[in-house]
Amino acid sequence: MTQAITAEKKKPAKKTTAKAVNSLDVSDHKATVGKNFADNAKMTMRNVNVFYDDKQAIHDVSVDIAKNEVIAMIGPSGCGKSTFLRSLNRMNDTVDICRVEGQICMDGEDLYSPKLDVVELRARVGMVFQKPNPFPKSIYENVAYGPKIHGLADSRVDLDEIVENSLRKAGLWEEVKERLHQAGTGLSGGQQQRLCIARAIAVSPEVILMDEPCSALDPIATAKIEELIEELSQNFTIAIVTHSMQQAARVSHRTAYFHLGRLIEVNPTEQVFTMPEHQLTEAYITGRFG
Amino acid sequence: MTEALNNLGKIKKSLSRRNRAERRFRWYGRMAVFIGLAAVMVLFTDIISKGQGAFRITYIELEVTYEQDRIGIQSLTDPEQLATGNWEALYKAALRNEFTEVSGRRDKRKLYGLISSGAGFDLKDRLLANPLLLGATENVWILADDDIDTYYKSWLDGEPYAARMSTKQLQWIDELHAQGKIRLQFNKNLFTRGDSREPEQAGIRGAVMGSLLTLLLTLLLSFPIGVSAAIYLEEFAPRNRWTDFIEVNINNLAAVPSIIFGLLGLAIFINFFHIPRSVPIVGGLVLTLMTLPTIIITSRAAIKSVPPSIREAALGMGASKYQVVLHHVLPLSLPGMLTGAIIGMAQALGESAPLLMIGMVAFIVDIPAGFSDPATVLPVQIFLWADSPERAFIEKTSAAIMVLLSFLIVMNTVAVWLRKRLERRW
Repeated sequence: MTQAITAEKKKPAKKTTAKAVNSLDVSDHKATVGKNFADNAKMTMRNVNVFYDDKQAIHDVSVDIAKNEVIAMIGPSGCGKSTFLRSLNRMNDTVDICRVEGQICMDGEDLYSPKLDVVELRARVGMVFQKPNPFPKSIYENVAYGPKIHGLADSRVDLDEIVENSLRKAGLWEEVKERLHQAGTGLSGGQQQRLCIARAIAVSPEVILMDEPCSALDPIATAKIEELIEELSQNFTIAIVTHSMQQAARVSHRTAYFHLGRLIEVNPTEQVFTMPEHQLTEAYITGRFG
Repeated sequence: MTEALNNLGKIKKSLSRRNRAERRFRWYGRMAVFIGLAAVMVLFTDIISKGQGAFRITYIELEVTYEQDRIGIQSLTDPEQLATGNWEALYKAALRNEFTEVSGRRDKRKLYGLISSGAGFDLKDRLLANPLLLGATENVWILADDDIDTYYKSWLDGEPYAARMSTKQLQWIDELHAQGKIRLQFNKNLFTRGDSREPEQAGIRGAVMGSLLTLLLTLLLSFPIGVSAAIYLEEFAPRNRWTDFIEVNINNLAAVPSIIFGLLGLAIFINFFHIPRSVPIVGGLVLTLMTLPTIIITSRAAIKSVPPSIREAALGMGASKYQVVLHHVLPLSLPGMLTGAIIGMAQALGESAPLLMIGMVAFIVDIPAGFSDPATVLPVQIFLWADSPERAFIEKTSAAIMVLLSFLIVMNTVAVWLRKRLERRW
């Protein structure tokens, strides 16, 4: 980051802004600006710190995710937005050296409490990954996997129904209904990602986390997924990490801007992209670094 | 502009040098492949040319009369009488009838020497299979002695090798040949009998059975243990000094000379646990120790090759660690594990050194029927035969090598086929 800023300095035209950015060294940054708290919060995060060994990746982040909203997390590479997202369903548990401090609650329940079973948590908080990662099984088996392991379906008919509904919600049913028992890995990239979304919603989670779900897809597939996110937001709470500011602007209700592990600003998306409160946010969305 | 031209010249010059280097490298590769193939060809031609003779063996046709008095038995159902019966007298009498001019003790012994010393028991089996033959006369093809076999085969090939044979014996064989009473037949004994001091009676059945029993036990023990260890180390074990220590030591174990495992087996299984010597149980246990590191290492590699995204996907769906392993990691890594196991088994099949230490080198005639019967294995049988002075064992040794090699080829083919088959599912 410092490199980017020094590079800015060399350009006389943007000298004033660069100075302003420089004067706002993030290590001084204390509080998030904007509306990071919500009245009808689904998830509440307070003073969350995440460490990899002794390297701190997330500094003191406090934010709410409201019910049925789509919150986008943006920021330059390495700013910790993915790390933060993955601590919401404890996927970071699989990384030995990762340590999470602070409080992360869903409906008032502490997600890091020793009493909570991580298996249950992940059934309630689904996740869609950056690269489409369907299981090397049939399309049907992919979607049916979650309901099967959690014992959600009472009968074969029940399971068929769940699979069909999930595929319909993911907008994939019409494309795959004739070949449900063919390999999920044989689909196109965009279809695979929608299959992964269908797989995630098959267990009816309360929250869906999406970690750059479109970064491996072409623009048409991306458009379809974005459409899907909008539909899904009627029933689910969605947190999406994205590289693309346009995407954040298109799909989200609120946008959170991360910078070097700190949450700089959270505001309604429209406001973030028209009149950001913080200089760093402004510098980022106007493309001066990232 | 001139600089660009200069550079272009330099690039062109270096290009021809690079192309030459590449061509040279290709030639090195072709030479290496050629040398490797040539070595295999030489090995196979040598073994096959030496060993093919062992699949045919010399028989002599004699007119045998099953005289009760000569055998010295009253009943064909009394085991004791059968055991003490003078069965050799049958073919000896037949030989005397064939060559009536032979007299004198020495000449008669030479004459009896034409026939394998175990031939009496073959006649006994023949009679027992068909009791009506008692008292009757029939023409029987009887197994010849190994010296006769060696001579007859070499004589047919045009380079007679008469080593220990007397001129009279050579003459008799000429006579038999002229009458069409000596011929080569398929060597059934090679595949149906156990080891013997008489080359013409010796077979590899005992060694094959011993190898099968030993390998079966090795597979049953080492595959589940090896795969479980690999899964635990790869998926469940915390990364710390202890697991590093274990990992280093597993890799070290894979490099330990196999005879050391034999010594270990001798000290622990035989001297401490008092399992009998020479039995497939001990052999299987020792080979398990030897194969385990191979299976653990290949299984871990197979588990590592399962993309992490699959694990993440399953974990993200709320699968428990155990479910991730059982539903995803294991099915995806199974082809690799099976290949590793078969390669380990092939290694174990060809192993002789550790088995020498635990007494599987003993001379065992009976074909083992269970895990606790004394047994030997194919490579040790090869070692034993190669060590035997009788010339006829040379071709037997090569034949046993051919059998061992064909087992290895079959196993490796199965490994490749299994891998292809299981991977083609998606």
